[in-house]
Amino acid sequence: MNFVFWILAMLTLGSGLAAVALKNTVHCALALTGAFAGLAFLFLSLGAQFAGFAEILVYIGAVAILVVFAILLTRGSETPIGSVFSRHWFWGLVAAAAVFAVFGGAVLASVRVLPNVQAAPVAPVQAIGFALVGRYVLPLEILAVLLTAATIGAVIIALHELPQESLPQKEEQ
Amino acid sequence: MFENLDQIFLLLRDWIAGFLPVFLRPLVGTVLGVVGIASVFPALFALTTVFERKGLARMQNRLGPNRVGPFGLLQPIADGVKSLTKEDVVPLSADGVVHFLAPLLLVVAVFMGFAVLPVGRNMVLVDLDCALLFYFAMGASSEVAVFMAGWSSRNKYSLLGAMRAVAQMISYEVVLLLSSVAVVMITGSMSLTRIVAAQNQYSGVLPHWYIFTPWGLAAFAMYAIAGTAETNRSPFDLPEGESELIAGYHTEYSGFKFALFFLGEYLGMFSISGLGVTLFLGGWSAPFSFLGWIPSWIWFFAKVMLSIFVFIWVRGTLPRLRQDQLMNFAWKFVLPFTLFNLLVTALWRFMGDGWLRWAVCSALLAAAYLLMARTGMRREQFTSRSYRYAE
Repeated sequence: MNFVFWILAMLTLGSGLAAVALKNTVHCALALTGAFAGLAFLFLSLGAQFAGFAEILVYIGAVAILVVFAILLTRGSETPIGSVFSRHWFWGLVAAAAVFAVFGGAVLASVRVLPNVQAAPVAPVQAIGFALVGRYVLPLEILAVLLTAATIGAVIIALHELPQESLPQKEEQ
Repeated sequence: MFENLDQIFLLLRDWIAGFLPVFLRPLVGTVLGVVGIASVFPALFALTTVFERKGLARMQNRLGPNRVGPFGLLQPIADGVKSLTKEDVVPLSADGVVHFLAPLLLVVAVFMGFAVLPVGRNMVLVDLDCALLFYFAMGASSEVAVFMAGWSSRNKYSLLGAMRAVAQMISYEVVLLLSSVAVVMITGSMSLTRIVAAQNQYSGVLPHWYIFTPWGLAAFAMYAIAGTAETNRSPFDLPEGESELIAGYHTEYSGFKFALFFLGEYLGMFSISGLGVTLFLGGWSAPFSFLGWIPSWIWFFAKVMLSIFVFIWVRGTLPRLRQDQLMNFAWKFVLPFTLFNLLVTALWRFMGDGWLRWAVCSALLAAAYLLMARTGMRREQFTSRSYRYAE
């Protein structure tokens, strides 16, 4: 199991590094897809089947597609004029190290605080379902409101183009 | 005797694995299962290409391939030899790595979906607890491959075709998932073997297939529409419209890479049909209780081939939908109807057993169909034709 973890970790980290270091933006997006896949396999190696497959379905199937569409439909797909690396890379490194220190400290502290639970997932999907409509019903409803707002926003943005183009075809509608 | 015939592939696998030491047997069993899947479905693919060309030809009042072998049945061999020996043309400015990886990713994603389909009694490669989610995750991965193919070819038509294909696949993927959720709600599990086991019951002679319930029929109709759109089959095949975009996202592929795309498309068709058969048509269970002696895998493949025949039939019959008609149809009729069907499924589940729930659910679905489809989608007031000529 340890061996599998190291391979998946190298896949995820390598894809993540490629996603920030490659010149062509679409290549970066595809490397990001590889990082998502690595994360999904890490979930699967921990036995969280639902989380792993949902990660593939949502991140690779929808978020990655969204990212590449955004790159293609804007000017991000042209080759960059200057260098891909910023001039202020030292302060970026300091910020990244600080964030990593905070996260790492939190994770290591939590191992001491939480009890050592050996959770054998028995029908985990049902447990997730019960938790969603039982204990976490308020976050679920808030998420639904957020998604509805996003959908309405998307419809409004797409609707904006209609009045300007409808002049020649108005009587045929 | 018929039980042995039913389980013959499992007995064969155990017999072969019996020659090896104990610690290797599970691995060899899995490898044999993978070999089985990787040989049966491409063989079916070869058969289907001939049937499609002959079937379409007959529907269009012409013959179809009849030179190679009796009735053209050896045509796939000729096609295979051609695609293996053809020169692999890659455009000079194409993105080499992505261009190479796109057909591989597509075929891998489609093959993974077969791992959870129960093709017979006890005959599933991987019995996952959330098998349905795994299947849809693999289906979603194939969209990235389509985009990669279209973008890496550095061809405007390919990119257009890829964008259209991805937009269509994403829209209809939502419908596919929601119509399967109705089945999951009634069965109470995402495991495909449990779904088939729930349908493998008979009241008298008639089976408990989900298609024979009002919500199941509606969900199956929506699933069939969405499945046709997911695999870019006619009448939803604008992304690869042969008369419009040359060949869409696989324009710049030749030789064996094109054959891989072709294989991926047909295997996707088998995969979606297989899942539809599992969810709605009872999987490997026989249609009548007195026909249970026929092996289960024969029933599964018979139902899948029947679905393929319906796909071919629809392709030869209906005209192609335009991109905006396609998207309007998805978001304005199919999705609302599928959501309403979820409500009706919940109503079915919580009403008691009896004739009342049949009547109420059927009436609700018929009313919703008439309201949403017949009146809501009718927006063309056909006035006299107006022509615009180029100056």
